[in-house]
Amino acid sequence: MLSRLKRDLTMADVARGAGGSRIDLLVVSTMVEPGSRVLDVGCGDGELLRLLTDTREADGRGIELSREGVNECVAKGLAVIQGDADTDLADYPDDAFDYVILSQTLQATRNPRAVLEHMLRIGRHAIVSFPNFGHWKIRLKLLFEGQMPQTDNLPYAWWESPNIHFCTIKDFQSLCLVTGAKIRRAVALDPWGRPLQLNAPWWFWNLFGEQAVFLLSRKD
Amino acid sequence: MADIEQVNSPNTAPDVRGREADEPRASLIARFDTPLKLDAGVELAPVQIAYNTYGTLNADRSNAVLVCHALTGDHHAASDNPVTGKGGWWETLIGPGKPIDTDRYFIISSNVLGSCMGTTGPASTNPATGQPWGLSFPVITIRDMVRAQAMLLDHLGIDTLFAVVGGSMGGMQVLQWASSYPERVFAALPIACATRHSAQNIAFHEVGRQAIMADPDWRGGRYLLDGSNPRRGLAVARMGAHITYLSDAALHRKFGRKYQDRATPTFSFDADFQVESYLRHQGSSFVERFDANSYLYLTRAMDYFDLAADCGGVLANAFKDTPTRFCVISFTSDWLFPTPDSRATVHALNAGGARVSFAEIVTDKGHDAFLLDEPELFAIVRGFLEGAGKARGLAAAQPREAR
Repeated sequence: MLSRLKRDLTMADVARGAGGSRIDLLVVSTMVEPGSRVLDVGCGDGELLRLLTDTREADGRGIELSREGVNECVAKGLAVIQGDADTDLADYPDDAFDYVILSQTLQATRNPRAVLEHMLRIGRHAIVSFPNFGHWKIRLKLLFEGQMPQTDNLPYAWWESPNIHFCTIKDFQSLCLVTGAKIRRAVALDPWGRPLQLNAPWWFWNLFGEQAVFLLSRKD
Repeated sequence: MADIEQVNSPNTAPDVRGREADEPRASLIARFDTPLKLDAGVELAPVQIAYNTYGTLNADRSNAVLVCHALTGDHHAASDNPVTGKGGWWETLIGPGKPIDTDRYFIISSNVLGSCMGTTGPASTNPATGQPWGLSFPVITIRDMVRAQAMLLDHLGIDTLFAVVGGSMGGMQVLQWASSYPERVFAALPIACATRHSAQNIAFHEVGRQAIMADPDWRGGRYLLDGSNPRRGLAVARMGAHITYLSDAALHRKFGRKYQDRATPTFSFDADFQVESYLRHQGSSFVERFDANSYLYLTRAMDYFDLAADCGGVLANAFKDTPTRFCVISFTSDWLFPTPDSRATVHALNAGGARVSFAEIVTDKGHDAFLLDEPELFAIVRGFLEGAGKARGLAAAQPREAR
């Protein structure tokens, strides 16, 4: 299921910044240059698109799997189509956007590598945010309970979870390496949506970041 | 309850149909002597266009919305139809405070070329002969209809349309508008349509046409001259087509296997079932208002519609670098123009770099859902037009209570 309507980020949902926006979306929005063309893949109810339009004067488009999400967005005047990241990104031409955003959706795609490659083909930049499976709470659950972790943020039992491709921050860096994506910026957020210290080492982020946001571009 | 035999009784004189084609009631009329160049390679002159307008054109002439009607529709979109005595066919959507808001937009609804409600078509009188055009009327296309509409807009002094909106054949016109005159269309709303008519749809149309032509009263298309009317043929064509506008679920919900005014079957070919009676009524009421030859020409125009073929076989070329913003809408139970058709349109628009929205609406009402009470359709049309209006710099809608 590729939808931010049933999002996993219950904590981040509570943690809202100025103007009532979700912190992780605010972090994403600061990575977008004003006046850019943006494609939000899995745009849910259009909260990020609205934020980008209002605060970054972006020309925003969205793809959303759930029909309710799409119809809600279109009724709000947003340019959103019903579609699937795994199949429909192939229909977009090269360099159609300045930014292609995948927010809290990567782990639910069937082929994360292909999705990321398409994002970097369609857009000059890609912004990816995802839950970090390397967070200490998840590690402890697996270590002591010996079961797939279920947390407030990731509440599904393993057999019904839409999240079929979990990764850690370190794992995501590996994906960037194999796809030839250049990491321009990265931010890890703690469970309250606060950014971890920028100068902290990667292992620290991987242990204490509950989610991460990466700004990527093609290697020049 | 109507049946086919009753349909055959001539209670509408043929000249009445001709009169509506030449001198439509409750209509504005524009006449053009400059010939209209048609896809068939011939020129048509003179051309008359019947239309209606709702709302007021603003000083910038930037709030005009063209509403395109479907196969058997007309220009009485939001006002009483003088032929049927019923309200406009899109009063659900057009009106003060409604999604296509007459308080904000200037709405133009014109009868298509080839129709029989006041715009030049086979039922109109050919001034060169003083007789109805009949089959001497040239075969027309969706693009020809759009050319005629563009001529009307020139006449009205409207350079750019704020929006073009339409369902079914009206949606085809919307797509043709966006492809032929991208710089004249700010926003396009094609509903329940496709960029080409499918083989199955051509097949359905052919059955309808054959039914008309098989009626001896069709008289090789000269029935208006002979004072006859191929009522049975046209009614059968309508009955067949009407099934394609509904859905199995809708028919089941409405009629099921229920009997019409009887408890048991009559063991005859009478209209035992409610669904039969309903279809017969649809057929018989249709022949009261529509010209058989027009039905032939308009179905043909839809059959020929294929935007990709006009653009070197590549649909995306039809919308390359288009400045128009689109909102494509389909319905889950529409099997005449199913969602994959709309999805193909969306893919082509994306490939062309267009700003496009696409929504599929869940309904069991079939293709005709675009004419019916569908709150989700209304919300989407309203939201899309309001968003586009903001981008166009149109004044925001005022809350109705405030006025």
